[in-house]
Amino acid sequence: MAGVQLAEVGKAYGAVTVIERLSLAIPAGEFVVFLGPSGCGKSTLLRMIAGLETVDSGAIHIGDRRVDTLPPGKRGVAMVFQHYALYPHLSVRENMAFGLRNLRVPADEIASRIASAVASLEIEGLLERKPGQLSGGQRQRIAIARAIVKQPELFLLDEPLSNLDAALRVRTRLELAQLHRRLGTTMIFVTHDQVEAMTLADRIVVLNAGGIEQVGTPMEIYLRPRTQFVATFVGAPRINLLPVEVKAGATGNALARLGDGTIIGTEVPFAALPSGGAMLGLRAETVCVTAGDEATTHGTAEIVERLGERTLVHTLLSDGARLVAEDAGVSAVRPGDRIGLAIDAAAAHLFDAAGIGHHREAR
Amino acid sequence: MAAAMRTRGDWRNALFVAPYLLVFVVMLVLPLAMGMWLSTTKSDLFGTERWVGLANFVRLFGDAIFLQTVGNTFVFVLLTVPFLTLAGLGLALVLNRQERWAAVLRTIFFASTVLSVTVVTLVWRLVFLPDGGLLGVTAEALGKTPIAFLNNEKLAMPAIAITTIWWCIGLPMVLFLAALQQVPRDLYEAAALDNASRWTTLTRITLPAIRRTFFLVIIVEVILQFQLFGQAQLMTLGGPNNATRPIVLFIYETGWRQWELGYAAAAAQVLFAMILIAAMIQYRISSRKGVA
Repeated sequence: MAGVQLAEVGKAYGAVTVIERLSLAIPAGEFVVFLGPSGCGKSTLLRMIAGLETVDSGAIHIGDRRVDTLPPGKRGVAMVFQHYALYPHLSVRENMAFGLRNLRVPADEIASRIASAVASLEIEGLLERKPGQLSGGQRQRIAIARAIVKQPELFLLDEPLSNLDAALRVRTRLELAQLHRRLGTTMIFVTHDQVEAMTLADRIVVLNAGGIEQVGTPMEIYLRPRTQFVATFVGAPRINLLPVEVKAGATGNALARLGDGTIIGTEVPFAALPSGGAMLGLRAETVCVTAGDEATTHGTAEIVERLGERTLVHTLLSDGARLVAEDAGVSAVRPGDRIGLAIDAAAAHLFDAAGIGHHREAR
Repeated sequence: MAAAMRTRGDWRNALFVAPYLLVFVVMLVLPLAMGMWLSTTKSDLFGTERWVGLANFVRLFGDAIFLQTVGNTFVFVLLTVPFLTLAGLGLALVLNRQERWAAVLRTIFFASTVLSVTVVTLVWRLVFLPDGGLLGVTAEALGKTPIAFLNNEKLAMPAIAITTIWWCIGLPMVLFLAALQQVPRDLYEAAALDNASRWTTLTRITLPAIRRTFFLVIIVEVILQFQLFGQAQLMTLGGPNNATRPIVLFIYETGWRQWELGYAAAAAQVLFAMILIAAMIQYRISSRKGVA
């Protein structure tokens, strides 16, 4: 078990910079998720740690060892690939033993490591099969088992769930969480799926355009997004962003004036805001459909999405702005209805012109 | 109703197959059948004299020259096919990379394949010629007596084999290159993370992954090289003392020089059987090993 230190690592393909002077410290035993859209550099960063991509500048340490000049096999890492990368002509048992044989691990030690991996991942019946005879979910388990038997200091997982169907993805996600708790080994998991990131991570590293947008626990990322990018990337449905005029309120907090004239009394300290335009960020669950007179503003329901446990109401405000509001699972709202919206002003975020997020003071 | 439509559909479906079927029957099945029938007759270029049953075959297996051509052909196949396969694989392994020099070398190694046999044999005659040939001049420069490769019973066949390898190396190389590029890159990455040496990666990842192509190349080359003709005809005329006379040259000369069409057809059936058997054996071996 070892931590990982990235110090000002950079990577460019010709004129295109993929990773720009990125620094990050991952404590030993942590489950870290690299989250970002396609092309943000998250897989490249993982592959640089694995040694599958060269590092143009900076240094990578795993534990106390500097590894960025070592070949992949000498770094003490194990990787689970998106497409599994199982050796197709070797049996499951041989797939697991391959790396250990290369390291000259004694045969009885190999056998016992395979036996314990087999027991923990429930893959008993599969040992003599070839990967081509396995289902996608079974292959994924074998790929994980192959990583486990190496007893690495660090697990690297490159979108390992993206090829599984929805039910299997949820199950494997839970198993990965259990596996991490049992082994306690540092894990780095790359995904573009925010649900995977939120559910698995001790800490999420949100990446965008080759740089880090924010590092934090899942709830920090969700509740206090450092930038507008993080706010929009994390959370479903997407956070509502409305252009607002901001002025100081009596309490020193910012008052945001929506296009339809509604004033939202946020708890964001006005003094922290730079001058210039701002965007109000409202999660759908902080905008509730209401019939009573506690409505902050009113709008017309355009689209009603019934998700079962809740209902999302896409609403058109009087100034033409659109807002997604939430209602109970059993909702009477129909498209075209005039509805009242109760906005939880305390949960509102403000994003300045540079896209930096401002939130109410942490309690 | 549905059954009736299906029957009519079947008839129309045949139309789509017809053009190929016509060519296949006229150009392949008919000549093969005619050749088989010819081989059981005494025929010349003016027509068939009479049916002789298996007499041509009996005569063939007592014909010392024919038996020698069979031996020559086997020797030639053994000299060329293993080398073509292994060298083709070696070249493909070395040249399977993105760099510009590799692309240039791939082109150069493949270039010889597009030349006609006339050009190839002309070039190599200029190499093997004792008077003024490349090897002759080199030998003289080193103070040695030039060797007349093509007039030497022991060296003529290896010389033809070298010429053939130079001419034919392109096809195995591109077949192997195509196969190598099909091997998923993440397998190599997994192997690198698994601490596999280059040798282990080659023997445990690459070679098993391209096993199918390996057998394909052997089968294709066996079929091609059993049909040696042009090089022997143009470089040595089958000499010296029949040392380089292959079966096809025997068939050609028997049929078109000596006008013994029935006898030549019988020799052709023997060659057909040899190639068929060789290909079947290869196929059996490759499928028994469970090439998936």
